[in-house]
Amino acid sequence: MEAVGERGNLAGVGHILLVLSGKGGVGKSTISTELALALRHVGKKVGILDVDLCGPSIPQMLKVQGKGVHQCDSGWVPVFVDQDKSISLMSIGFLLEKPDDAVVWRGPKKNALIKQFISDVTWGDLDFLIVDTPPGTSDEHISTVESLRPYKPLGAVLVTTPQAVSVGDVRRELTFCKKTGLQVIGIVENMSGFVCPHCLECTNLFSKGGGEELARHAGVPFLGCVPLDPQLTQSLEEGRDFIQEFPKSSAFPALAHIAQQILDRTSPQGS
Amino acid sequence: MAEAGGAAPHGCPGTSSAQAGRAAACQGCPSRGLCAAGGPAASDPAIEEIKEKMKIVKHKILVLSGKGGVGKSTFSAHLAHGLAKDETKQVALLDIDICGPSIPKIMGIEGEQVHQSGSGWSPVYVEENLCVMSVGFLLSGPDDAVIWRGPKKNGMIKQFLRDVDWGEIDYLIVDTPPGTSDEHLSIVQYLSSSQIDGAVIITTPQEVSLQDVRKEINFCHKVKLPIIGVVENMSGFVCPKCKIESQIFPPTTGGAEKMCQNLNISLLGKVPLDPQIGKSCDQGQSFFSEIPESPATSSYRNIIQRIQEYCGLHHSQEKRSNQGME
Ligand SMILES: Nc1ncnc2c1ncn2[C@@H]1O[C@H](COP(=O)(O)OP(=O)(O)O)[C@@H](O)[C@H]1O
Ligand SMILES: Nc1ncnc2c1ncn2[C@@H]1O[C@H](COP(=O)(O)OP(=O)(O)O)[C@@H](O)[C@H]1O
Ligand SMILES: [Mg+2]
Ligand SMILES: [Mg+2]
Ligand SMILES: [Zn+2]
Ligand SMILES: [Zn+2]
Repeated sequence: MEAVGERGNLAGVGHILLVLSGKGGVGKSTISTELALALRHVGKKVGILDVDLCGPSIPQMLKVQGKGVHQCDSGWVPVFVDQDKSISLMSIGFLLEKPDDAVVWRGPKKNALIKQFISDVTWGDLDFLIVDTPPGTSDEHISTVESLRPYKPLGAVLVTTPQAVSVGDVRRELTFCKKTGLQVIGIVENMSGFVCPHCLECTNLFSKGGGEELARHAGVPFLGCVPLDPQLTQSLEEGRDFIQEFPKSSAFPALAHIAQQILDRTSPQGS
Repeated sequence: MAEAGGAAPHGCPGTSSAQAGRAAACQGCPSRGLCAAGGPAASDPAIEEIKEKMKIVKHKILVLSGKGGVGKSTFSAHLAHGLAKDETKQVALLDIDICGPSIPKIMGIEGEQVHQSGSGWSPVYVEENLCVMSVGFLLSGPDDAVIWRGPKKNGMIKQFLRDVDWGEIDYLIVDTPPGTSDEHLSIVQYLSSSQIDGAVIITTPQEVSLQDVRKEINFCHKVKLPIIGVVENMSGFVCPKCKIESQIFPPTTGGAEKMCQNLNISLLGKVPLDPQIGKSCDQGQSFFSEIPESPATSSYRNIIQRIQEYCGLHHSQEKRSNQGME
């Protein structure tokens, strides 16, 4: 085994970012997936750590359901999504006997697995490690942030949908970030507006502007609005590379712009 | 680690068992200590106290989903409104989404406080026959986060059931967070001696949601919680301008309908996407009064009627079996 130093299995990982939201179903896993695909598109190597133990979505979104993780001397080998090994993934989805098995675990057990996920996965060299999380501010979040603290994560991308019911939960997530000393990279407003493919009428199904207003109110960067785009849902259902296949779709520019802002942040001019 | 297949020893009793961390198979399992610590205390005296309290609560309905944002809270709130239309019925809505309580906002009672009385915490009344309890009423403001690990959340749920002055109730509706973890195990465990009528499971049509919902259904089977049926929410969107329907969350694997067929459970109905629903929720108003004629509202009415019928049936069965025992 190579000497990996203090950072252990995370020694070769460049930047760690978390995708968080107080609210479920707002698109955390979607943003995690598309961010990984967009970063790969510009030549980066990306790992995704899925700590949503009760509802892991990423294996399906990247079409690697049913794959297994292997144990080696230095830990768990993540699942590679492509031949080039440019995206690797660790998820509890790979540890289940049957895909529909429920993970009926209380906090302490979830915490133990998350700690293992953070210390024991052999990521190798990565430009980015994206951590997808369940909704809330509880065991998974506290354990993830605590275990990652020594590795100095870049920060968190907060995802919300525009309506007040969702924004309210994300306000609480901002407080979580503040209390745990986690930098907020910015807020994404997802599912903001739907353009009818037949008549081009735009309906704000889940209202509009709530994410942007929250960012202004909280004094954190606003990373952009991602519209409701059925091509995006469809791509995620089929595990296709939306960034590669649908550059003309309505959600593409917004997703590319979010990825660009993260790249800008990690490569300051002159370095 | 029974549920995480690969990593668990054979014969692992599972974390929901009283044997968690203590069985023979747990020797040498890396999470043994944790299993033992995290396991529920099956002998908690609160279970008996709650049983006493729940004797005057006729029907108990849980609203569940493996997935977040599918409309659990919206449904719970409007099930409560719908049942409370009958003024002779007393309805209580309990929100056990401790980290993301949405019910106060949806019911239009955000910022209300809970009062302590001689007989416990008094819930917040929306109408004379409709009361609500949520951790939201205990927070100091909209930025206040509940950063709690499992045991503290469980303690809160216990208090909600044992220490709230619910009074005589016809329907207790429990809104839950997504998943199959502390909150879910606790509510089922604390109500284990008090007969839950069953669970209504909410999903959206796409596979990303269904895959989590099937886990929730397996959870129900595991803890022997009857399933009243499944509601497919956000099922299609009819453009207000051209009236053509779009599948924003497409049922790529057959939607809830196919899943219910495969798993042999009832589909209670489908509710379309309607921007007015989100608006009503944000404004804390019932869409039964805001949009009484819409397809979403009429679908909701049918679903509620089916739930009432189920509960009526459940209740008469319960009575019969109780009489049989006497
Ligand atoms: N901008 C969008 N347009 C269309 N569908 C979306 C969009 N964002 C997310 N979705 C869909 O919404 C559902 C919920 O998203 P998901 O990423 O699973 O949320 P979370 O991880 O926050 O629970 C998924 O089926 C996803 O494909
Ligand atoms: N049928 C629907 N059409 C439009 N919006 C809906 C519908 N059902 C729910 N919503 C909205 O979707 C969001 C998520 O619903 P919510 O009840 O909070 O979900 P959950 O409790 O499962 O997280 C809310 O803003 C709600 O108003
Ligand atoms: Mg997710
Ligand atoms: Mg909810
Ligand atoms: Zn075990
Ligand atoms: Zn149209």
